[in-house]
Amino acid sequence: MENLGNKFKTIYINIAIGLTRTPSSIHRMQYNILQKKKSRAMAEQNKVILHGMWASPYVKRVELALNHKGIPYQYVEEDLANKSDLLLKYNPVHKKVPVLVHNGKPIAESMVILEYIDETWKDGPKLLPTDSYKRAQARFWSNFIQDQLFENSFLVLKTDGEAQQKALDQVCEKLNLLEDGMKTYLAEGNVGVENNFGILDIVFCSIFGAYKAQEEVLGIKLMVPEKFPVLFSWLMAIVEVEAVKKAAPPYEKTVAILQRFRQSALKFSAAA
Amino acid sequence: MAGESLTLIGFWGSPFALRVKWALELKGIRYQYVEEDLSNKSAMLLQYNPVYKKVPVLVHDGKPLAESLVILEYIDETWEQNPLLSHDPYEKAKARFWSRFVDEKCVPAVMATFSKGGEEQQKAAQEARENLKTLEGGIEGKRYFGGENIGFADIAIGWLGYWVRIVEEIVGINLIDKELMAKLDAWIDDFLELPVIKECMPPRDKLLNHNKAFHKLLTSSST
Repeated sequence: MENLGNKFKTIYINIAIGLTRTPSSIHRMQYNILQKKKSRAMAEQNKVILHGMWASPYVKRVELALNHKGIPYQYVEEDLANKSDLLLKYNPVHKKVPVLVHNGKPIAESMVILEYIDETWKDGPKLLPTDSYKRAQARFWSNFIQDQLFENSFLVLKTDGEAQQKALDQVCEKLNLLEDGMKTYLAEGNVGVENNFGILDIVFCSIFGAYKAQEEVLGIKLMVPEKFPVLFSWLMAIVEVEAVKKAAPPYEKTVAILQRFRQSALKFSAAA
Repeated sequence: MAGESLTLIGFWGSPFALRVKWALELKGIRYQYVEEDLSNKSAMLLQYNPVYKKVPVLVHDGKPLAESLVILEYIDETWEQNPLLSHDPYEKAKARFWSRFVDEKCVPAVMATFSKGGEEQQKAAQEARENLKTLEGGIEGKRYFGGENIGFADIAIGWLGYWVRIVEEIVGINLIDKELMAKLDAWIDDFLELPVIKECMPPRDKLLNHNKAFHKLLTSSST
């Protein structure tokens, strides 16, 4: 029924165009109509659903990847205190977000999902370099950021006093390693700008993208330009990328959730 | 590929170096092996892996690569014979998922069972058993993780059975239940019997003694 309506709509539009437009603009409008139909068909053939939670850095990674590649998807916000049956069915092993469901097939673990996205949607921007050695470097540093920086940064948020200072020292140590590593890699023009945006930018962004909110809640600046000039300018370039701006949650909302999280973590460790 | 230089820096007792060895051997790639003394790390290792200072490191035409799973992906992309990963992105995702699961969930739980005592050890052992049972789900309906033939996940995970059985012997706690995890147990035996796999394995007695000494070191420093 809907198809018939669309057919008539197309015919009507074509007639209207024919009566009022020049040949080149007719072609342009017909082309635009065709493109819209194509992407609607694509969206139906390639049904993509992302189960997530708005503040999760892991989910953020997948959102960034989907946005950057221009992949249409449906987003399902999960209440992590009351996980949906679908989530438990799609990710029985970890029971966590993000889960990407592509034509009914579930994929879990953010890094696995990113690679899947890059390999499945081959048109448009690539999330990984084409050169094998550069791919290895991108994977190495993405894993480094995840394994060495994420937990420690989290710890800074959850603690105060001596414990927080210890966590901060750890973070600085790892940031130093990353600063050194990125000096060469970034100088080769591998990441950061709009057309090179890939998994390494995505992972870095997922942890430090909300740096302003983190600084407000902690009263501490982690990403100090004097200490980490390469990382700082990389971060400044990342937050300007379209996909990043599109996926950024409202500032106040982020500050509120970080504050709530910090308060309850501190209360919990004080009670222990 | 004539004129190429390929070096694997490893340690005979490292399961992570073993993963890389298996991949190179399965693809019939010629390489030079350098045994590292982990108690006295070489300048070469520290130069090639300044971030982690660990083995394995693969050096291809002077370019160093670290982290075993990263190295496996590199090997598979660079030498296309006997592919480890499927061409299908979904199958690839499953292989990567299970490989990560082992490193992030199984290994820490087994390590904790190995190095802790008392209640902490019992809790870790229970977690390890649950994770191993979950891992078994990855082979369901198949001979190997890779299907009819071994693949990326089998190489990434296959060493675990060998090491876990040694841990079981040293700490006297059962982790792989032969009845409850029959499929996993059978896969371990099946995999370890494959000629190329078997050839690269460190001798059991040598590994057992090495880990007994390691166990002593870990448990004496905690008292």
